[in-house]
Amino acid sequence: MTTVVLVDDHQMFRTGVKAELGDGVEVVGEAGDVDEAIRVITATRPDVVLLDVHLPGGGGLEVLRRLHGNVPSRFLALSVSDAAEDVIGVVRGGARGYVTKTISGPELTDAIERVAEGDAVFSPRLAGFVLDAFAASGAPPADPELDQLTQREREVLRLIARGYAYKEIAKELFISVKTVETHVSSVLRKLQLSNRHELSRWAAARRLV
Amino acid sequence: MAEPSSGDAVPAAPRLERGDRRLIGGVCCGLADHLGLDVMIVRVAFVLLMGAGGLGVSAYAALWALVPEREGADVRRHRDWGQLLAYKALAIGVCLVSWTSGLAQAALWPLLIGGIGVAILWQQAEREQRQRWVRTTTVPLRRLWLRSLLGLALVIGGIAGFLVQNVQADQIREVLIATAVIATGLAVIATPWVVRLWQALDAERSERIRSQERAELAAHIHDSVLHTLTLIQRNAHDPREVQRLARSQERTLRNWLYQPEDRPDQTFAAAVREVAGEVEDAHGVPIEVVCVGDCPLEPRLVATLQAAREAMVNAAKYSEAPSVSVYAEVEGDEVAVFVRDRGKGFDMDAVPQDRMGVRGSIIGRMERNGGRATVRTAPGEGTEVRLEITRNASRQR
Repeated sequence: MTTVVLVDDHQMFRTGVKAELGDGVEVVGEAGDVDEAIRVITATRPDVVLLDVHLPGGGGLEVLRRLHGNVPSRFLALSVSDAAEDVIGVVRGGARGYVTKTISGPELTDAIERVAEGDAVFSPRLAGFVLDAFAASGAPPADPELDQLTQREREVLRLIARGYAYKEIAKELFISVKTVETHVSSVLRKLQLSNRHELSRWAAARRLV
Repeated sequence: MAEPSSGDAVPAAPRLERGDRRLIGGVCCGLADHLGLDVMIVRVAFVLLMGAGGLGVSAYAALWALVPEREGADVRRHRDWGQLLAYKALAIGVCLVSWTSGLAQAALWPLLIGGIGVAILWQQAEREQRQRWVRTTTVPLRRLWLRSLLGLALVIGGIAGFLVQNVQADQIREVLIATAVIATGLAVIATPWVVRLWQALDAERSERIRSQERAELAAHIHDSVLHTLTLIQRNAHDPREVQRLARSQERTLRNWLYQPEDRPDQTFAAAVREVAGEVEDAHGVPIEVVCVGDCPLEPRLVATLQAAREAMVNAAKYSEAPSVSVYAEVEGDEVAVFVRDRGKGFDMDAVPQDRMGVRGSIIGRMERNGGRATVRTAPGEGTEVRLEITRNASRQR
């Protein structure tokens, strides 16, 4: 059974998610702001934290900053925001994935389990952002290992952006689902560790308001 | 007339009376209270005016004679001889400087005109605005006594230097140095004041911009969101219509928040988003759009857009899928659009030759424009339409 803490400032949304989650997932705690989240997560140490990007008290990023590395939990960001800076921001802050709040119950359950196993979860939009961000270079990468996507990774991301599920991607590329997961995790690692400032510059250029 | 009060929210100016924090006749502190200025500013102004052909002296005398004394003013209590001495020294210095250097004639008119200008500005400013200026400007002066004292010391030092030198025409260098010292002193006194004033103006400007933005936001929310909420309540019995309305409003709001510079008539990605939105509105099926890269819209791409629209309409109308995914990509000169659904799919070979939908308006249209369209589908497998075209291909050949 995967244990989950829900962090979202909308009570209605938390109730909705709880009702929709499948049997394999147990909600062990809820929080509505940053401080409460820190308390609940430290106390319950869940497998996965479903983390809203916009939270009173500093946002999901603040929760990640204060907790990431201190608890064994993995973080899955959940947001209505389409702003690239939010999306890239939480992922670079340590979240292992990003899904939008329109995601269906079964898909969310699936995503939670995937994150609990240590894999990464990319929504089509996040995949699009990553492709965009890594393409937006002109200068040669400082660290090719981290600053560039391989051809295969780009193919996988493109299929995610086209709306393919991991299983469908595996079939399309004649590889195993495990291999798809490996590619996605590797993209996640690059996204989190790459220092190339194109990433932040790209996100900042897309920042609004 | 209102009572003279010392709080922040003064309803009207305290009346002009000679005050009791006086050094000579109480004119300066009375004037300062009335104008809401720091008394030091008024005193220094008078001292400077004295340099301007003795204008300060006559102004002071006139005010002293005309302005009534505050009732119950305890005249002796507040007199600070040290301060009086400092101002006297300053006054003498200024007078000497102006007389010896002929500054009086040169400075009289600018000073007069400047003074009148300031007075007019002061009169025209809103009462509340004046209060704000005063609050922001006098607080540091009161707090920064040390700074003020330092400034005064510099001024007096400069003047002393002057007197010692006993200026001659050939001692211009010493005169300049002394003047510089005086100027520095005045700058030290005035700088925080000027800085505060500038900051206050700046804050006011950004506050104005903020309130404009707020007004714009309110107008936008009123025109769109409130309107949609009303429609949703009216259509509460029709879930499909409610969903369509909510979805359409969500899309509009998102565009407004995250893509405010979208120009669907000029750039490809924005155009794809717009087409998807239109199809979504018309058929009530959510269409998720992801765009990577962008380029200006050109005729060949317009044809691609029309083909993409056709594919989206087909998916929304016939596939029975709960949602449609659209992925548009611009990579260098290569432009690709994928329209995918997980619906029931169909058998391409079973579609009669005369049916224009897929063959004519998607495949045919792409081919006529030098592009390529592939349809991947099978019953029960969903459908993916893939449109590819090269930008500027005609110009390159």
